[in-house]
Amino acid sequence: MRRQGRHFAMDDYAMNDLFNSFMTGPDEKGRFGQFGGRFVSETLMPLILELEKQYEHAKTDQSFWDEMDYLWKHYVGRPSPLYFAERLTERLGGAKIYLKRDELNHTGAHKINNVLGQIILARRMGKTRIIAETGAGQHGVATATVCAKFGLKCVVYMGAHDVKRQAPNVFRMRLLGAEVVPVTSGRGTLKDAMNDALRDWVTNVRDTFYCIGTVAGPHPYPAMVRDFQSIIGKEAKEQIMEAEGRLPDTIIAAIGGGSNAMGLFYPFLDDKAVNIIGVEAGGKGVNEKMEHCASLTGGRPGVLHGNRTYLLQDDDGQILEGFSISAGLDYPGIGPEHAWLHDIGRAQYVAITDREALDAFQLCCETEGIIPALEPSHALAHVAKIAPELPKDHIIVMNMCGRGDKDIFTVAKALGFDMSDTEGRTID
Amino acid sequence: MTRIDAKFAALKAENRKAFVAYVMAGDPDEAKSLEIVKALPGAGVDIIELGLPFTDPMADGPTIQLAGQRALDQHMTLDKTLGIARAFREEDETTPIVLMGYYNPIYSRGVDKFLVQAKEAGIDGLIIVDLPPEEDEELCIPAQKAGLNFIRLATPTTDDERLPKVLQNTSGFVYYVSITGITGAAEASGADVAPEVARIKSQTDLPIIVGFGVKTPEKAEEIAAIADGTVVGSAIVNKIAEGQSVEDIAAYVKTLADGAHRA
Repeated sequence: MRRQGRHFAMDDYAMNDLFNSFMTGPDEKGRFGQFGGRFVSETLMPLILELEKQYEHAKTDQSFWDEMDYLWKHYVGRPSPLYFAERLTERLGGAKIYLKRDELNHTGAHKINNVLGQIILARRMGKTRIIAETGAGQHGVATATVCAKFGLKCVVYMGAHDVKRQAPNVFRMRLLGAEVVPVTSGRGTLKDAMNDALRDWVTNVRDTFYCIGTVAGPHPYPAMVRDFQSIIGKEAKEQIMEAEGRLPDTIIAAIGGGSNAMGLFYPFLDDKAVNIIGVEAGGKGVNEKMEHCASLTGGRPGVLHGNRTYLLQDDDGQILEGFSISAGLDYPGIGPEHAWLHDIGRAQYVAITDREALDAFQLCCETEGIIPALEPSHALAHVAKIAPELPKDHIIVMNMCGRGDKDIFTVAKALGFDMSDTEGRTID
Repeated sequence: MTRIDAKFAALKAENRKAFVAYVMAGDPDEAKSLEIVKALPGAGVDIIELGLPFTDPMADGPTIQLAGQRALDQHMTLDKTLGIARAFREEDETTPIVLMGYYNPIYSRGVDKFLVQAKEAGIDGLIIVDLPPEEDEELCIPAQKAGLNFIRLATPTTDDERLPKVLQNTSGFVYYVSITGITGAAEASGADVAPEVARIKSQTDLPIIVGFGVKTPEKAEEIAAIADGTVVGSAIVNKIAEGQSVEDIAAYVKTLADGAHRA
């Protein structure tokens, strides 16, 4: 029997209920239910087995976590605040909204939480050259930053299309000493950047460490990146207990590959009263034309970039390009643990369109004085949808996973503002 | 005994090395691609590797990436790829065809359904780049049960500890990847490859074919001499990309085949 569809997944659900935990994955094959795995070429297989071994060792090594804690605190600025968004709450008139302020991290997003972990691991493994893929450029900037701090060589692969639309981040990476390679293979987007990073890794196996930016790729990456990002959920849990004396009713985060979401969700998976919602990029709307990046809402299971997960693909198993105003969500796949949480029903996944995200972007600027990145604007748009209908004692925690400085040009264009016009006129 | 096993038995009896040629199905278009495939045995090709186009060929260099893109732009599909094999089989009952590609188009079709269709089309073996032994239950074992060879890649990073695992469910032949890298990139070195082939030979009786980084008749001869044969892909695909005629492509392939057969 080929394992597609819900039937198989329900067995998983029953099994998990038996052991009463959603936090035991992945299994020894790197699977979350049917998702995940190690679908890589033989050249890379020994490398990811070695990485798994080294990570398993580091995970239980107190000195590893001591170093992480020190840098999280003094270099990144953790813990990030959990902030009660009072005016936003009032404006929406329902549930009480808290924002987990990961946009206040050094480099402006949650990405650095994970990069620090992987680079410290790379140093322990004696690797001297770091490669990364990037979409919006946030993971690339975080990787370039940590490489600069440790004096490591850094090469970032970025789709040629994204190089254009995220020019400020390209300059940042170069300032930080990274080599940015514009990827023109395929269609020149994030998935092609990941292909080229894998091609680099397969060529430079001895000295190179591949620092993946999201909870995808071959095992152990999805689990490892989740573990590093889980600092978000761990802090949020303590902070909400302090602020409200109880757990939230709903937690919400945006999803491209899904690392900020997995980081927030993971520590809450076994708190079964907590409602978990992931927000995918709906682009121009989840339709037949695939002008979106909602892998769970509009895709089906397949194998790409080392793991089995939900993918945007055609009837012949060819991968499709996603579409989103947000370069950070513009990926045709999703982390395998999300695919599993979706199938077993532990988390709910919804899609938000570009238009809705832009409205939420403006709402956040107006009511809270926070310019959010377009990625968490998707999460906020869903908050804005559901909060008004919820009772005032319903607590929502949303991950504000990145700040919007990088997006102002995109937003100006989408809203029709001419940035060269100091009168602030709009373009017709 | 598959066509691949029969071919190696015949080559052994003649004391000849195998020359394997790779072309992408549907490159530059479906019709010409079939003509090229049909011309290969006459050019001295012992085994045909037929590329299954995929949007995200992570182990391939620019040459084969572009070949896949050309094929996909011409709306090449899995069905049409199998159609090329089927049409070839009508005229050639003995030359083995190995389908080489990535897992997703097969997974998308459904493994059981694919295996029936591939077998029926006259495919003899599979090389699926992103299925290491750790994922054998996905396709390798079902393929063997269906009577198709599953040919595994061994690489310079496959150490002694891991080699038995790589060889365990391999059949037909072992494909040794001569370099760490992507197809069509660095040039293979006979001096590096020879001890590796010996190392693998010590653990298996299967023929060992060496590929990646073989671009000239001389290199084909050098590499074939230290193994049971060699594969050329990107160098041939480049000629197809240049728009050469089927006759010119076949003549070029013959120079490579002759090189390998001199070994």
